[in-house]
Amino acid sequence: MKFGRTTRIVTEQLQAFSFQRRAFVLGAAQAGFGGLLATRMGWLAIAQNERYSTLAENNRVQMTLVPPRRGWIIDRAGKPIAINRTVFRVDIIPDQLRNSATTLASLQQLLALTAEDLDRIREDLGKARGYQPVAVADNIPYERFAAVSVRQSSLPGVAPSSGYGRFYPAGPAVAHLVGYVGPASAADYDRTRDPLLITPGFKIGKEGLERTMEPWLRGKPGAKRSEVTARGKIVRELTTRPEVVGNALQLTIDAGLQSYAARRLGIESASAVVIDTHTGGILAMASMPAYDPNGFSDGISHREWDMMSSNDHLPLTNKVMQGLYPPGSTVKPMVSLALLEAGVDPNQTVVCTGRYRLGNSYFHCHRHSGHGSVDMARAIAASCDIYFYTMARVVGIDRIAATARMLGMGEEFVLPMPSQRYGTVPDTDWKLRKYKQRWTTADTLNSTIGQGYMLANPLQLAVMASRIASGTSLAPRLIVNKRYPEQGGALDVDPRNLEIVRAGMAGVVNGPWGTGGQARLNLSTGEQLAGKTGTAQVRRISMAMRRAGMTGTDGMPWKYREHGLFIGFAPVVDPRYAVSVVVEHGLHGTAGAVVARDLITYLYDPKRALDRLRTLEEGWGGTIEQRMAADAWRWDHRNDPPVPVVKPASPLPVVPSPPVNDGDDAQDDER
Amino acid sequence: MSRDSLVPPPLRQIPWKMLALVCAIAGFGLVVLYSAAGGSMTPWAQSQGTRFLAFLLLAILLSRVGEEGVKQVAIPAYVILLGMLVAVELFGFVRGGSRRWLDLGIIRLQPSELMKVAIVLAVARFYDLLPASAIRSWTAIWIPAVMIGLPAILVMAQPDLGTAIMICLGGVTVAFLAGIPLRLFVGAALALAAALPLALSMMHGYQRDRVEIFLNPESDPLGTGYHIIQSKIAIGSGGVFGKGFLGGTQSHLDYLPERHTDFVFATMAEEWGLAGGIAIIGAYLLVLRWGMGVAGRARSRFSRLTAAGLTTTIFFYVAINLSMVMGLAPVVGIPLPLVSFGGSAMMTVLICLGLLMAIDRSARRN
Repeated sequence: MKFGRTTRIVTEQLQAFSFQRRAFVLGAAQAGFGGLLATRMGWLAIAQNERYSTLAENNRVQMTLVPPRRGWIIDRAGKPIAINRTVFRVDIIPDQLRNSATTLASLQQLLALTAEDLDRIREDLGKARGYQPVAVADNIPYERFAAVSVRQSSLPGVAPSSGYGRFYPAGPAVAHLVGYVGPASAADYDRTRDPLLITPGFKIGKEGLERTMEPWLRGKPGAKRSEVTARGKIVRELTTRPEVVGNALQLTIDAGLQSYAARRLGIESASAVVIDTHTGGILAMASMPAYDPNGFSDGISHREWDMMSSNDHLPLTNKVMQGLYPPGSTVKPMVSLALLEAGVDPNQTVVCTGRYRLGNSYFHCHRHSGHGSVDMARAIAASCDIYFYTMARVVGIDRIAATARMLGMGEEFVLPMPSQRYGTVPDTDWKLRKYKQRWTTADTLNSTIGQGYMLANPLQLAVMASRIASGTSLAPRLIVNKRYPEQGGALDVDPRNLEIVRAGMAGVVNGPWGTGGQARLNLSTGEQLAGKTGTAQVRRISMAMRRAGMTGTDGMPWKYREHGLFIGFAPVVDPRYAVSVVVEHGLHGTAGAVVARDLITYLYDPKRALDRLRTLEEGWGGTIEQRMAADAWRWDHRNDPPVPVVKPASPLPVVPSPPVNDGDDAQDDER
Repeated sequence: MSRDSLVPPPLRQIPWKMLALVCAIAGFGLVVLYSAAGGSMTPWAQSQGTRFLAFLLLAILLSRVGEEGVKQVAIPAYVILLGMLVAVELFGFVRGGSRRWLDLGIIRLQPSELMKVAIVLAVARFYDLLPASAIRSWTAIWIPAVMIGLPAILVMAQPDLGTAIMICLGGVTVAFLAGIPLRLFVGAALALAAALPLALSMMHGYQRDRVEIFLNPESDPLGTGYHIIQSKIAIGSGGVFGKGFLGGTQSHLDYLPERHTDFVFATMAEEWGLAGGIAIIGAYLLVLRWGMGVAGRARSRFSRLTAAGLTTTIFFYVAINLSMVMGLAPVVGIPLPLVSFGGSAMMTVLICLGLLMAIDRSARRN
């Protein structure tokens, strides 16, 4: 039973002594451990104090970003185009949500949420983490906001709040100009990791100027510091750093003209641009139909998207910069300038018989009976194709192409817009490069009348008009900025030649043979409009069709009808304004000319222009907003059985219900 | 002499200085609990104060029991508590995931808590009965090993790792003081180190978590590691003099879990800083020095071993709790006696002190 290597007799005394020794060791160990604990505590409280103080502060203080108000967008006179107004919203803080089913049920009732909304909220809640709020409803009426607010205590996790939202007083009229704002996408957030982007209520520019001028308009967020418990309950508010409002953006736009232009385009798929020829400032830039940018800030619903994208009038496309059209006869003043610069005598005449023979085929003048003997002035006024075929063939395409480029065709302008399609100015090199084919005389003849490969957007057409009108190489501008360099100098052409071209354009509208007689202003102050009509073929008229007596496209389905174009400037003497109008499938240049006439009339006599517009709008079925509401109503009831009696209260359908979406007719070979 | 004679002998025998220290610690604890409740006597400070007074009275009454009486109850108390631990396994009710309590109708008893005291008494009594010459025999090893092992295993099964460790440490301390060979301790320490991986694999999920979290608290900042991180933040942000009474943010804003029980020291440190911490540690060390002093003065082998063992039991309470809140040990549910809200640890510690006073009284009378 003995244990150990040595058998020592252990006595009581020895044991007592051993105890004293070991108890001393134990006591010392206790004291030592006490010292260790004190040291450890000292380490935490002194050496690490700063670190842990920061961590405690991070726990205690929750920073909430206050989204900055966006800078206003104002017109040249300071009139608001995009402003901010108080909006109310409701979010859910996932971490504080207790019973998601009952909470959503009461919210659905209080906020009149649709099944689509609820699905989206559930989806977002599934993805959300922690305190990152999930949007329930944005831009809600005050009554609904108040209804949720008073029940907040019984709805844990529901956070009603008020903030600022974007408002565009002119609605659809400025849609394609300023674009719209919306919540940042996940991709936006992943790129910058800026917490502001996921702050509820914060919107970024999604389209147009709102998108391109985002950094200028955004401002700096404020910060609200509040003391919160571990469960996220706010105990009290601490200091708050105010937001810095975004910079105001002044445009060259004339808000009144912009609205007028949008309204005047009516039920057509059309666009119009007005440029100040002194400064290059764009006074109006309208593309219709358009969406309502006020309704887009909550994101586009499936319904809206389906409705818009199935509309063959392309309400989602800014036709001013993204619509490419064969310019048709609107290039004739430009071609005339090229001829004059090449030494053609403006008094030299060409006999127009209605057709022009090239090899085995004939090129027709739009007037089949022919114009007889025409000089340059009459050729422009009457838009005689045969004159230009004859003369261009002498001069050659390359000189014409050079003049076209000088006047802005094929040019991409420096403008704060998301994208421009800049079309084509064809010449011999271009065709060789693009198609590996030699340029033919037929190509020259087609290009000369703005058909064939030639493509331009309405902005380029307006710039072309403004350069002819001003004789300078001015560039279009959208933003008022004192730091802009001076506008371009005089064009490298003989001013007398420009005079001849301008006189020809004056004859189009005001002369005896003019194709644009309907565009006469008849102002009491006497200013006159000069211009050029253009009728651009979308589809070739075959010989068979001609034999069948079809010279125009009136009887064809809408999408095959010819485009109606017009470029112009006013007044004839010392021009101030340049204009371009493109009416898709408008059949004839006159369709554009009458719009241009009214736009210019608005600048000199707004009352007269508005009176005319009111009469027109009655025929179209109301204002833009009324017609859009009617469209939406019809879209929602497109599958209903036909109603036998049309209720007098509901607006009459004007636009044919959208058939196939056949999109843009214009070829686009550049971009 | 003349003043002493005015005071009746029973009162003269009470170690007033030690009791004053204990009252100071408990009083400070009440202040901390008052603050932890957001500046309110309820729900903690008031009941804790009442409980302290009751247990203090119990301790003073216990000091009247003679050393002989303690000696007589040592083994029976141990056997009864062992039986109760078995009963807990069979009939005890579960609270917070472990089965620790026995419902005796009027009170809910946690026998494992009293076992911390009983194990010291029983092992001390064993070595007292063992002839001095047999201290180096196998008998001196295996019987205490079984005495310690049985309750430890039962408590471990509840599961309550902290208490099981305390029971083992209490018993082993007495064995160490009784004089069994040192190399056994060295050997045992080595064996323990070798068996650690095995023990880890046998632990419950939450226990293993706690050990892993202790080794790397940041690995799970929102889970179990949260306790240690928030506790360290509370202590570290307190600095030297703290954020002031009622000024703690970690505790008042609920970041610190268990702020009134196991992590009460962190609550205190946040508001009173290092100064408050040193005061508490210092006060405890003085109480422990008194306890070891009692052991040194004690006449009999039983009373020596008991006194030193009970003192060390108090030490382990404090040491394990403070190590835990400062991030030096894994989170095992050991409260800070006299300060943490709750009756069990307070009862155990005051029983220890009562018994120490009894031994002290016997020693002085002789």
